[in-house]
Amino acid sequence: MDKLLQDSLFFGVVLSLLGYELGIFLKKKFKSALFNPLLIAILFVIIILLVLDIDYETYNAGAKYLSYFLTPATVCLAVPLYEHFEALKRNVWAVLAGILSGALTSMVCVLAMSVILKLSHKEYVTLLPKSITTAIGIGVSEELGGIVTITVAVIIITGVLGNIMADFICRIFHINDAVAKGIAIGSSAHAVGTARAIEMGEVEGAMSGLSIAVSGLITVFLAPIFAALF
Amino acid sequence: MKYIRQLFIILFISFAGELLKSFLPFPVPASIYGLVIMFLCLETGLLKLEAVKETAKYLVEIMPLLFIPAGAGLLNAWGVLRPVLLQIAVIVVVSTIVVMVVSGRVTQFVICRKKGKAK
Repeated sequence: MDKLLQDSLFFGVVLSLLGYELGIFLKKKFKSALFNPLLIAILFVIIILLVLDIDYETYNAGAKYLSYFLTPATVCLAVPLYEHFEALKRNVWAVLAGILSGALTSMVCVLAMSVILKLSHKEYVTLLPKSITTAIGIGVSEELGGIVTITVAVIIITGVLGNIMADFICRIFHINDAVAKGIAIGSSAHAVGTARAIEMGEVEGAMSGLSIAVSGLITVFLAPIFAALF
Repeated sequence: MKYIRQLFIILFISFAGELLKSFLPFPVPASIYGLVIMFLCLETGLLKLEAVKETAKYLVEIMPLLFIPAGAGLLNAWGVLRPVLLQIAVIVVVSTIVVMVVSGRVTQFVICRKKGKAK
């Protein structure tokens, strides 16, 4: 069967979409944020691969065509940003303050907790870029001498977690403004969180997309300074 | 024809992003360069919104799907994650929540203060 699936270009994509549909179904049925379609889809794929003893590479032979569209999709985040540029211009200081505070908080948090949990310097710099988008995070981790595979895993876990918790956190901490919501989600959970922000609304999605770029750049410049602290 | 042109423009800008990435020394991914190029093209009027609109909205809408393969890839990272799993779990959960709250509240605070002044 592995051979059959290996030759298939569509197995990986179909399995991924099936998992996502299952997630949408469960979310509708139980009306709980815990049934996040992205999380369900990821778990569904992992479980199917484990149960049927299929290699990730076999799955990814087809599924990589989904990943292929990540760059064009991120480029297209410029469209909602353009459409809501007025909202950005009106709130430019709020937006910049929000993103800068987010990027700083992320690194201060990782620093403080690495000291408390007695991590090594290598583990600390591995986690430092955890809130920024994967492509930038890999570069930062490499440059500081981190373990890149762990950085990638942690960035994805952070994104999925932010995606799941976004509604809940915004509700209990009374973040109601659409611009503030978008900044909160993009600064903490990069592109994976942005996927959720887009579903909340166009302004949220646009601001979240902007945060990915800006907080990524801030982190590039400030991470080396933070790395020297511990 | 419309969709062919739209897809062509979007992929062309993605390609231009890749080119910039290979020529410039910054650790910025092609997608972010592309985002900036696309935004500048729209804002300067070089590109009409109608020239990319439907396909761009389609790609943005399906974005959650595009993260499934990377997420499922965590399967292969299990070996390296296991020894430090507990510390990482604590740091990821706490810092993600704190960052979301701080950046959201700071943004909202500045917006509200400005609104208060305007009144």
